[in-house]
Amino acid sequence: MSLPVLKATDFASDQDVRWCPGCGDYSILAQMKKVLPNVGVPREKIVFISGIGCSSRFPYYMNTYGMHSIHGRAPGFATGLKSTRPDLMVWVITGDGDSLSIGGNHFIHAIRRNLDINIVLFNNRIYGLTKGQYSPTSAEGQITKSTPMGSIDHPLSPLSIALAAEATFVARSMDAHVKHLGDMLMAASQHKGTSLVEVYQNCNVFNDGAMAYAQEKKQRPNNIIELEHGKPMIFGENRDKGIRLTGNHLEVVDTADVPADDLLIHDAHNPDPSIQMMLARMRYPVMPEPFGILRQVDGVATYNDQINDQVTTAKREKGEGDLNTLFHSGDTWNVA
Amino acid sequence: MTASQPGPLANDVSGTEVSDNAGKSVRSVTGITVRLAGDSGDGMQLLGTQLTNTSALAGNDVATFPDFPAEIRAPRGTRAGVSGFQLQFASEEIFTPGDTLDALVVMNPAALVTNLGDLRKGGILIANEDGFNAKEFKLAKVESDPLESDIINQSYRLVKVPMTKLTRAAVEEHGLSAKNADRCKNFFAMGLVYWLFGRSLEPTLRFIQEKFYKKPDVVAANEAALRAGWAYGETTEAFGESYSVDAAELQPGTYRNIMGNQALAWGLITASKISGKELFYGTYPITPASDILHELTKHKNFGVRTFQAEDEIAAICATIGAAFGGEMAVTASSGPGIALKGEAMGLGVMMEMPMIVINVQRGGPSTGLPTKTEQSDLLQAMFGRNGEAPMPVLAPCSPADCFDMAIEAWRIAAETMTPVMLLSDGYIANGSEPWKIPEMNSLPKITIQHPPATSGEEPFLPYERDENLSRPWAVPGTDGLMHRIGGLEKEDRTGNVSYDPDNHQHMVQTRAEKVARIADRIPEQDVLGETSGDVLVVSWGGTYGACHTAVSRARMDGHDVSHAHLRYLNPMPRNIGTLLKSFRKVIVPELNAGQLRMLLRSEFLVDCIGINKIKGKPFTVNELVDAIQSHAAPARKSKAG
Ligand SMILES: Cc1ncc(C[n+]2csc(CCOP(=O)(O)OP(=O)(O)O)c2C)c(N)n1
Ligand code: SF4
Repeated sequence: MSLPVLKATDFASDQDVRWCPGCGDYSILAQMKKVLPNVGVPREKIVFISGIGCSSRFPYYMNTYGMHSIHGRAPGFATGLKSTRPDLMVWVITGDGDSLSIGGNHFIHAIRRNLDINIVLFNNRIYGLTKGQYSPTSAEGQITKSTPMGSIDHPLSPLSIALAAEATFVARSMDAHVKHLGDMLMAASQHKGTSLVEVYQNCNVFNDGAMAYAQEKKQRPNNIIELEHGKPMIFGENRDKGIRLTGNHLEVVDTADVPADDLLIHDAHNPDPSIQMMLARMRYPVMPEPFGILRQVDGVATYNDQINDQVTTAKREKGEGDLNTLFHSGDTWNVA
Repeated sequence: MTASQPGPLANDVSGTEVSDNAGKSVRSVTGITVRLAGDSGDGMQLLGTQLTNTSALAGNDVATFPDFPAEIRAPRGTRAGVSGFQLQFASEEIFTPGDTLDALVVMNPAALVTNLGDLRKGGILIANEDGFNAKEFKLAKVESDPLESDIINQSYRLVKVPMTKLTRAAVEEHGLSAKNADRCKNFFAMGLVYWLFGRSLEPTLRFIQEKFYKKPDVVAANEAALRAGWAYGETTEAFGESYSVDAAELQPGTYRNIMGNQALAWGLITASKISGKELFYGTYPITPASDILHELTKHKNFGVRTFQAEDEIAAICATIGAAFGGEMAVTASSGPGIALKGEAMGLGVMMEMPMIVINVQRGGPSTGLPTKTEQSDLLQAMFGRNGEAPMPVLAPCSPADCFDMAIEAWRIAAETMTPVMLLSDGYIANGSEPWKIPEMNSLPKITIQHPPATSGEEPFLPYERDENLSRPWAVPGTDGLMHRIGGLEKEDRTGNVSYDPDNHQHMVQTRAEKVARIADRIPEQDVLGETSGDVLVVSWGGTYGACHTAVSRARMDGHDVSHAHLRYLNPMPRNIGTLLKSFRKVIVPELNAGQLRMLLRSEFLVDCIGINKIKGKPFTVNELVDAIQSHAAPARKSKAG
């Protein structure tokens, strides 16, 4: 069947977008609209489900089916929808507070079930909608409205959590690097199983520049490393630095000193997540932060396939359910 | 009503001696209330269930009340570890498991001391003598052997049976270990009880074969124990007679015995079938709701998808997700879990999503009394959400009624596009009664239509309303109907986010009116007795049987008392206000501190008298009769029940 050719604008709803001017959310919205015409799914089969937060207003701006749900619980809604309607492509849009604080539990469980959905986590390391309290990804010591003396919580890494929950697809991108972001969304959409794309998103009102080291063109090359499956890990303005696995830890080395063969080759398809987990734990300023697909493992059964397979199997083995037979099963008696 | 009248066994003259059997007479009686009590490892629930099924198969009306400890394996032999199963079977229609016991079977001293208070004077007390020794006395915290006490010997017809020894002897040839041999003693007790009440061994023999078919030695041993128990009754001189209870005159039809949670599960499956939907059930385990999950998950061939979520919040959210997708969506829990679901229920109300939220109530607050019954979540059901978030509330009145009310809940949800709360309780959930199997063509029809695909040229209006004020259920995947819903206030008709003050008031009122109008589509309140007079007893939920029986008794005693039992709590039937105002006094018995009473008072400005029991136990008929009589005008003439 040939699909009508859609453009990015076909995915824009008639609602005014109401994020603060300059917010990173705009860029993510734009990339999503650009990618969707190419994912091979008709518009009416696409559903966006979000929790609560600035980012979670996202579904209102997409001309698809959508649900703006409650704080942190979008994965729950997605689970019920995808389990009953596997024909739909389901996107979960969430923020760092939404998915890692109040929704931590659901985030983990959607991932470990490998539900065939795509989670896009907008990480601005702050609570935007509630006007600037620190979030689970805020840096230690960060001064915010609720932490005037600095945050004393240790930040969480969404990628580490996802990998710990045996995620089958984990990637990171950022708002400012639009081409890369588009590629990640596309790759996520093609993955069968839960895909998580963490997107560094600048909240220019409450946390402006918190991730400038990764987002700004000038700083970016030295502070991040773009991963590509099967390629050696090289980064730096002059591509003069690399990552080497030494013993049981990763270290940054000068490519001038270390032969190319000694550098770590990125293996996103490795079913063993140990090294991917090491990558997820690389943090600025000690290490460059990884961007791209950390992990992409195919062939793991999805929750939605399995819940539906069990129904099919039961029907095949026991026959299509018949109420009369059910009611009369076991001991019955007649009263004349 | 036989429920708590001084029954035949109390004074051996009221039954009719019908035959003489091996030197023993068989006395025909109209009903028996028996409780089986032992350590939670003794298999009392199994014994009770078997006796229930067998009695039901014999055509008796039956009603049961299982009662077990909150701990899985409370310390053996202690009072906290006593597990009981009460059952009334009768040749008349009955509505409760009975008040005082005609017979009590106890396996150990703890079971004796915790249950004896309910045995009527002159009742039969069967004790497993082998369970009465110094070690057990210590565990049960009794000073000396209660079976030796004069009071017990004078007040009851005590029969001591060395069940453990007799069971061991009976199963000896099957080569079981001592431990496994002792496990058979509940079947010995069963055999004895079956003999005493003239029950057939056949259904239980069948059950043993089916249940243990993989272990032929266990089958043989249990059968031997069962038959030995029967033979013991037949031969021992301790029993001079046995009892028989004739079949009850129930409406013609095919019957089976059914438990509340099972009936609920079957009702849900039926509702999904008759509405052409597949069933999605999202839940998180909690007593006493879990058995609905256990039952549903056996029936995946009906298109049932069960989802055991990570918590109650995920469970209801997934349920809403399934409803959004166009399927029949149900979630269930008990009070603590319902508390967690509150926010999502509000979302369901705001998004106007059809779904069922089941609360199998237990003792509260917080974790409360997990295995005991209570009706204290009514106000939670009515108001336990933030904002103005009215939800229809229905409550089945008995185990079998769960079937009908599950279907009714789905009819209302789908017709109205709203979440519906169904309030069951532990007493109904675990209790059982005969259920007349419905004819397929008598099942109600539920027609559900989703708006079809369009070209998309006209804008789709997801919040346009029909005559029920219900909005269209447009499901993802339908071309031309793309829309976004959520928990921010919706603009009338378009469903777009709106902070407009007038729109908000309009939408709040519309959602309330939508629920209120359901009253046009439910039956008027029916009444036992006259529709005006001296006293009206108003009840709801699982207290139906006790209230019905008590009112019938008071009426037979000549009091001018009527009974209205509410199965629709929000909205209430149209005529309820008139009814309340047509009586001199309104009495509201509830297993809570007065929640329905508060609703009736505030809604209808009618003073109501509460009878409130919060002990984790159901009402007895006697306590209700006493309470009713204390408020009713003096009895006039005697009238028919
Ligand atoms: C149950 C509940 N608790 C609290 C809130 C308030 N709240 C709304 S959004 C939010 C945090 C959002 O932060 P994040 O997920 O990082 O999203 P952002 O706004 O930054 O995009 C909070 C605490 C709520 N809506 N619901
Ligand atoms: S508060 Fe921050 S995250 Fe929210 S819209 Fe404004 S800039 Fe974006």
